[in-house]
This record gives sequence, structure tokens and C-alpha cells, in this order.
Amino acid sequence: MTDEELIWRISGGSGDGIASTSQNFAKALMRSGLNVFTHRHYPSRIRGGHTYTEIRAAAEPVKSRGDGYNFLLALGDSFARNPQEEALYGNEEIKPLSENLDELREGGVIVYDAGLLDTSEIPDFDERAEENGWHVYPLDLRGLAREQGREVMRNTAGVGATCALIGMELSYVEELMRDAMPEKILDPNLEILNIAYEQVIDEHDVDAHDVQIPTGEHESDQLLMSGSDAIAYGAIDEGCRFIAGYPMTPWTEVFTIMSQNLPKLGGISEQVEDEIAAAALAVGASHAGVKAMSGSSGGGFALMSEPLGLAEMTETPVVLLEAMRAGPSTGMPTKPEQSDLEHVLYTSQGDSQRVVLAPGTVEEAYEQSRLAFRIAYEYQIPVVLLYDQKLGGELMNVPRDAFDREPNPELYHTLTEEELPEQPHSADGKFHRYQHDVENGVSPRSLPGQQGGRYLASGNEHDPTGHISESPDNRVAQIDRRAEKLAAIRADLDTESTQSHHGPEEADYGIMTFGSQQGTVEEAVDVLNAAGHSVKSLGVSDMLPFPSEEVEAFIESVDEVLVVEMTASGQFRGLVQKNLGRHGEKLSSLLKYNGNPFEPAEIVDGFEAVIIEDGTDDPAHQTTFVPAAGD
Amino acid sequence: MSAFSAINEEREIDRDEYTPSVEPQPTWCPGCGDFSVLKALKQALPEVGRTPEETLLCTGIGCSGKLNSYLDTYGFHTLHGRSLPVARAAKLANPGLEVIAAGGDGDGYGIGAGHFIHSARENHDMTYIVFNNEIFGLTKGQTSPTSPKGHKSKTQPSGSAKQPLKPLSLALKAGASYVARTAAVNPNQAKEILIEAIEHDGFAHVDFLTQCPTWNKDARQYVPYIDVNDSDEYDFDRTDSVEAAQMMHETEQALHEGKVLTGRYYVDEDRPSYGQEKRALGEMPEEPLAERYWDDDYEWERSYDLFLDKHA
Repeated sequence: MTDEELIWRISGGSGDGIASTSQNFAKALMRSGLNVFTHRHYPSRIRGGHTYTEIRAAAEPVKSRGDGYNFLLALGDSFARNPQEEALYGNEEIKPLSENLDELREGGVIVYDAGLLDTSEIPDFDERAEENGWHVYPLDLRGLAREQGREVMRNTAGVGATCALIGMELSYVEELMRDAMPEKILDPNLEILNIAYEQVIDEHDVDAHDVQIPTGEHESDQLLMSGSDAIAYGAIDEGCRFIAGYPMTPWTEVFTIMSQNLPKLGGISEQVEDEIAAAALAVGASHAGVKAMSGSSGGGFALMSEPLGLAEMTETPVVLLEAMRAGPSTGMPTKPEQSDLEHVLYTSQGDSQRVVLAPGTVEEAYEQSRLAFRIAYEYQIPVVLLYDQKLGGELMNVPRDAFDREPNPELYHTLTEEELPEQPHSADGKFHRYQHDVENGVSPRSLPGQQGGRYLASGNEHDPTGHISESPDNRVAQIDRRAEKLAAIRADLDTESTQSHHGPEEADYGIMTFGSQQGTVEEAVDVLNAAGHSVKSLGVSDMLPFPSEEVEAFIESVDEVLVVEMTASGQFRGLVQKNLGRHGEKLSSLLKYNGNPFEPAEIVDGFEAVIIEDGTDDPAHQTTFVPAAGD
Repeated sequence: MSAFSAINEEREIDRDEYTPSVEPQPTWCPGCGDFSVLKALKQALPEVGRTPEETLLCTGIGCSGKLNSYLDTYGFHTLHGRSLPVARAAKLANPGLEVIAAGGDGDGYGIGAGHFIHSARENHDMTYIVFNNEIFGLTKGQTSPTSPKGHKSKTQPSGSAKQPLKPLSLALKAGASYVARTAAVNPNQAKEILIEAIEHDGFAHVDFLTQCPTWNKDARQYVPYIDVNDSDEYDFDRTDSVEAAQMMHETEQALHEGKVLTGRYYVDEDRPSYGQEKRALGEMPEEPLAERYWDDDYEWERSYDLFLDKHA
């Protein structure tokens, strides 16, 4: 974390172009040499409803949203619901301003659209502004935009005003608008950007506050990318050319990116009747010899339980995504949570065998999407890539070099027609697809249409030819062989750890987390060490098979561990204890399940309150503490 | 050179090639209609010139799901009701395969009804055989989606309050481009219909009446049957969907009045298959996707070269 940071929040109504405006501005900040990280907050509504996007920009690396923010651009909500119904919805018109005041830091800047928002409707606004030292700039952005002919351009006017107030050159924004906007709307937008900029410089004291754009420089080319982008690109680079799906937030993002790109690569995307079909199609395509994937979010993934089990039993390689959102049931569709962990680990009947990976950052999302395909095809097993609305949707800068890798269309352990005759066959020519004694438990496969490779794939327990068998000896041999694959995968994954270690090697305390909270935990660790504590962190990605040795070593190296996760029931801590069978007395939980991801300060506060017990108040901001066993 | 040389291989095919050595004798009950489906398939496949190794038979769960234990081709014994999505994808991945899906009435018209409707709607180039015995057999005699109204079973002790589902009408309305009904007791017609269905370039739905002598003793043995295409009593144009719908309606009513009507009900030779539609849109490659993974000269695309500039 750094003192020199801009955390710019743009707020308005859902459907007002907040997302595209903020994405362009984030990219302009990145191009100016800064590291950026965005955080989205939006309702499950087509139009209207308060929404904001926050961009954190600093010369130092940023891995997370920040603690609060220091610049608010409040636009109106064009689709606010009828003010007559205020008792039900609150005053939606004023929410872009009123809903965002609590987290604005002292000395922060407020620019609001005076054409749409009236601060007199907000109780105690002036008093709060004075108390907190906020610098308030009412600007008639809508009026400006109207003069230029299009009211929607008030977003651009707001960006122009922002640049004037933080001392940012317009050139980065202008260049970006030239790249992103169609010609028809480009000129009026450039004009309004400049008018707003000049007007603020001329008419306001832009130096009255301390919020300035930091200056930075990148060592290499950077890209602004989301976890969803990275997962899709990882799949493409591993030769995945088939996806089947059904829309569901937030998994739809990857499905959309794949559907737009696969046809250009001679691949196939199928939007189908439901998630059972989607996963079954991925299994069918992979069975026929194409690298395939599907995915969904909580409820949709529940429907995939049966095809997931079928892939396990028939040893069909497939990658499934699970983009978590707050549950149970429909839950909160646009809010992040990590509470599908146990669902993904244990769904589907029987002694099931799958791999579950949970990347922690955008770059890891790319790496582990590739890893998921490699493991799935090399070991003929379904791999679930577990992420959430936060990692999927937030944008951050990643080095372009991270993607400069060779494509890998390898199918692994798939026989050619030349190799098939050397393999065991029954007298009638049936290929022994599921041989008992094979290295790492992986029995090579044939593909339909190959000469000399015919066999039966079956969800029933089967003998080496694939025929249904209830023989006890065969049953034990097949179950043990399939289990052997997981042990081999664990050994394979251990050759290059996907876990993220952060902080000093020797430390008194540890913080553990998984998936998308990793960056936030690492920022908190830096703050804690800077404050004189001795803390390190472990962000775990391998959920199944679990990296027991690595986690055990981490826990044993410290006195106490705080386990941070976005669940209400401590699912990740439970997983750690299930795998290690001990250390219950060392592990406390810090949980958050109110629909918002952790901020670094919440982890810092939580750590100081419950691990150090320094008298800091109990965790604030609706986080929950669960003590270690025996405490 | 193809990595799948069984596909489109020209050679004489012996009917015995389809009989496996592992389980040559099916475990179906004596007198079961399922034997007729197996026999008709063994006759139809050599006749249309498709070998065991260019054929993929995807089945559901139930007595019918055992079909690919007794038919020696590539097989995928999937899940209850899910043979169609697996089969569809295999066909998209490698269109040269002869893909056949099969299951029972509970499988296809009950738990898998959504897949049936959508597969028909999309007109995938495949054959879908539904073993329709109007009962759940393998689970021992429960009422199925095609059981007649009033049918009593252990799970519907007072008799079913539901109208039976009308599979032919449903297939037509959903968009299947070939719809037929045959019966186990009519082996010649069954073979001929399966040949037509396999050769048809689109979704061919065959409702195959398969008597269950064990659990549906009340049901007719589907005799005597009348072939609506041969009978002077019936006259309709099976390329006309309105006339076809009328004939299907009459057939589905008649079944529960003791009259077994069978035959070809609807054929649309002009409608493009799903693969053709997708290729026309540029959403499916001309060459089978499954071949690409074996093409050493293919230059696999990567995101680094294609997609990153818009993120810069």
C-alpha cells in the first residue's frame, strides 16, 4: 500500500455508462505509467440502481481495492425509480452522492453533477463536508453535455473535470478516446472533455486539495485485463476450441469472450438449453477428441453435478468453470462470495475424483486456466477452475510478457491409429480403454472414428473394455487406479507450487486465504509489517488435491494463523483442518459475507484485534471473527 | 490424411461385426421389444454402409441404455436422459461420425425431455431412437410419461391422472425433420425406417414401440399394426407438416383405443442440418475440428498475437 495513490470512484445509475467510462479512464491511468486495480459494485438490474466503479492507481504495485477512496465523481441516475415511492427504495436520484459518502477519506474531493444532484437533499451534507475536510465541486455536467448536443456525454465532462482537478494531462484520455470511440461521437466527446477541463481550471481553485495523480513508469508493456479475460485466453492458448454454456452471472463473462473469439479460430461455441446439457456437451466434444470446456455459477453448476461425475467415471478430460457469487439459491447474483467452495469440492455422488484450482490474481487466472487444461488432458480427469465475481470482473494491469508463451494443443495419452494395434484388445477387437495397471493410473484412450479403437465409455462401473462390471476385483482395481491419478497430480503440482507466499520468510504470525482475496491479504501483510508486526501470508490455489505439505509447513512456522475468506461458515478453514487433521488450536477465522470483498484495512484491523489483541475494536464493517478451537 | 480412417471407409460389412464377444446375449427379458431394436440396427447399419468404428452410439439409462453393450460400435453409455447432449457435441466435434442416440420413454420424454425438444429444434444430423414401452422397466414397472391415463402402478396406485405425452406431435412441433414410429413386432418396417432415419440429413426421431412383457402386461403387444403409408385407409402427405400433424394426432389417440398405427409421418429433406446452419454462419469449421489436433502443420493461434492489443 502506498500514500501516493488516487482512488477515483465514479458513481451513477446502472445503464449510465459507468462501466465503459471507468474502463477507459483506468486504461488512461495505466498508460500514464501507473499500476491500476478496479472494483465494481452493481445491482442485479438492467437499468437504474446505484452503481459505482472504483479505480485505484499508484506508482507502486496495487493488488487490491484500497481502504476507502479519495475522489468521487457523482453522476446522476438516469433510471432512478419514481421519487413517489421513496419509502420503498429510498431516494434513488440522490444515491450516486449519498451512498458514497461514508467511505470517502478525509480531505477527499467530490465532483457532482449539479444539473442532476442537489446536496440539500442529503441530511447534514455541508456539516459532514466541513468535518471531513472534503473539497466539493458542484458542476453542471449535464448542462455542459446538453450544450454539446448529447446528454450522455456528461460522463466525459466528468472525466475532463477530474483531470483538471488531479493535474492529469488530457493527452492520455484523448488518445484512449480516439482508440475506443467511433468517429461519429469522437469529436463532440473530445470537445466536451476539453471544455470541462478548461472550465474547471478557469473557474475553480484546483490546488485547494491534496489529491493528485501519482507519477509512475512501467518497466514493460502493460495490459488492462480482468480474470475472465485471462481465463478465456488461457483456455484458447491450451487449444480449447469448444465451449458450451447457459448464461448466468458472473460466469457469462468468460462464456461471452469465448463465444466471440472461438468462431474466428475455427472453434465452436454452443449456447444450450440448460447447464446439464452444457456440461454434457463439453464431455461429448472431449470424448470425440476436441479440447472442451463449460462452466457456470453456483446454481447452474449444481446442475452440472451429474455430467461432472460422468466425466470422472468415464475419465473424459474436461474443464469446468465455477464463477462464485453470494448464495444460497439465487443469493445475490452480482455480489462476490467464496461460499461455493465445498459445493465444488464435494458435489456429485460416489467417491468422486476431480481437481479444483482457485487462482488468486489475474495473472494466476491465466496460468491456472492453462494448468487446468494441461492437468485435465494429461490425467483424463475433470478440472474445476473456481473463481468469483470479484476476480472475474475486476480489472488490473498485467505485463504483456506473461502471455508470450507457446500454444499447447496436446491431447496427451491419446493413441494414434498406428499405436492402437500395439495396445491390448479383446478377441473380437475391442480396445482395452480402461486397463488396470498403468503408470500414474492413466490408461491411454482412443477416439471414435479411429480404426481399431472401439470401446464403450460408461457411467456404470466397467471392466478394461468399458463393459459394465460388478466384479469385486475389477471394482477395487478401477477405483484404486482412478484414485492413483490424484496422487500423481499432487506430485506433479508440487514440482512448481501455485501457492502464493508473501511477506518475510520468518514471521511470528500467518494469514491464510484462497482465491480472489489473496491480493487484499498481501496488501494487509505489508501494512502490518510496516507497522512493526511480524506477519507473512499464504494464498492457496490448489483446493483439490490439497497441498498439505506446503500448508502444514506454513502453519508450523508461525505461532498463530488468521484464515481470511468470504464465507459465513469458514469453509476454507474447514478444508485445511480436514486435510491436515490438526492445528485447530492455531487457526482463527476472519469472515465476510455481506456481499462486498474485504478491504485491506479490515484484515489489518481484524488481525490486530484478534491475533495481537491490542485493544483494537472487534472487526468492523460487518466482518466476523471465529476464534481458534479451545480459545 | 485423416486421423480417423474408419470414417467413410468403403468396404463390405458383415452383420456379425456388430455383435460383441463380451456380452453377445442381451440380458433383456424373453419377449422384450428391445431385441427388435438391436436386430433392426444390426441390419440397417451394414445396409447404409457405416462400419462399427465410424459409428458412435450414445445411450441413456434404463433397459434401453444397455443397447450399446450388445452392439459393438464405439459407445457412450451416458446418464439418464442425457444421451442427446453428449451425442450432439460428438457430432459437432467430428461430423464424419455416424451418431445415433437411444434411450427409453422415461429417459427421452421425461427426464431428458428438454434435450429432446432442443435437439429436434436444432436439427442435428443424427438419429434418435426412443424405446417406447409406456413404462419404466429397469426400475420395475412405474408409470412413465407415455403411460395411458388411468394406468395403475406401484407409484400411481389409483391410476395416472395425467394425459400421456404425444412424442410424434412433440417432435414435429419442436422441429425434427424426420419423424417416424415403428414397432418391435414389425421388423421389416423397423429396419427400413432406421435406414431412412440414419440416411436422413437432420434430426430423425424414431418412436420405437417396444412391448414390455414383464412390467406392462396390460399393454398391447402392438399388434395388429397398420402401416399408415401402405394402408388405403389413410392418405396424407408426409412432406406437409399440417397433414403430418393431423396424422400424428390420430395415431396417438388411436394407440390408447387399441389401434396400433405406425409408419413415416414427417420428412423435410430441404431443411439444412444444424451443422450446415452453423457453417453457413461461419460458426463451425469446414474441416472436422477433431482432425485439427492431429494436423502437425496447423499453426495454433495464441492470445498473445490476436487479442492483447485491445487491452493495451
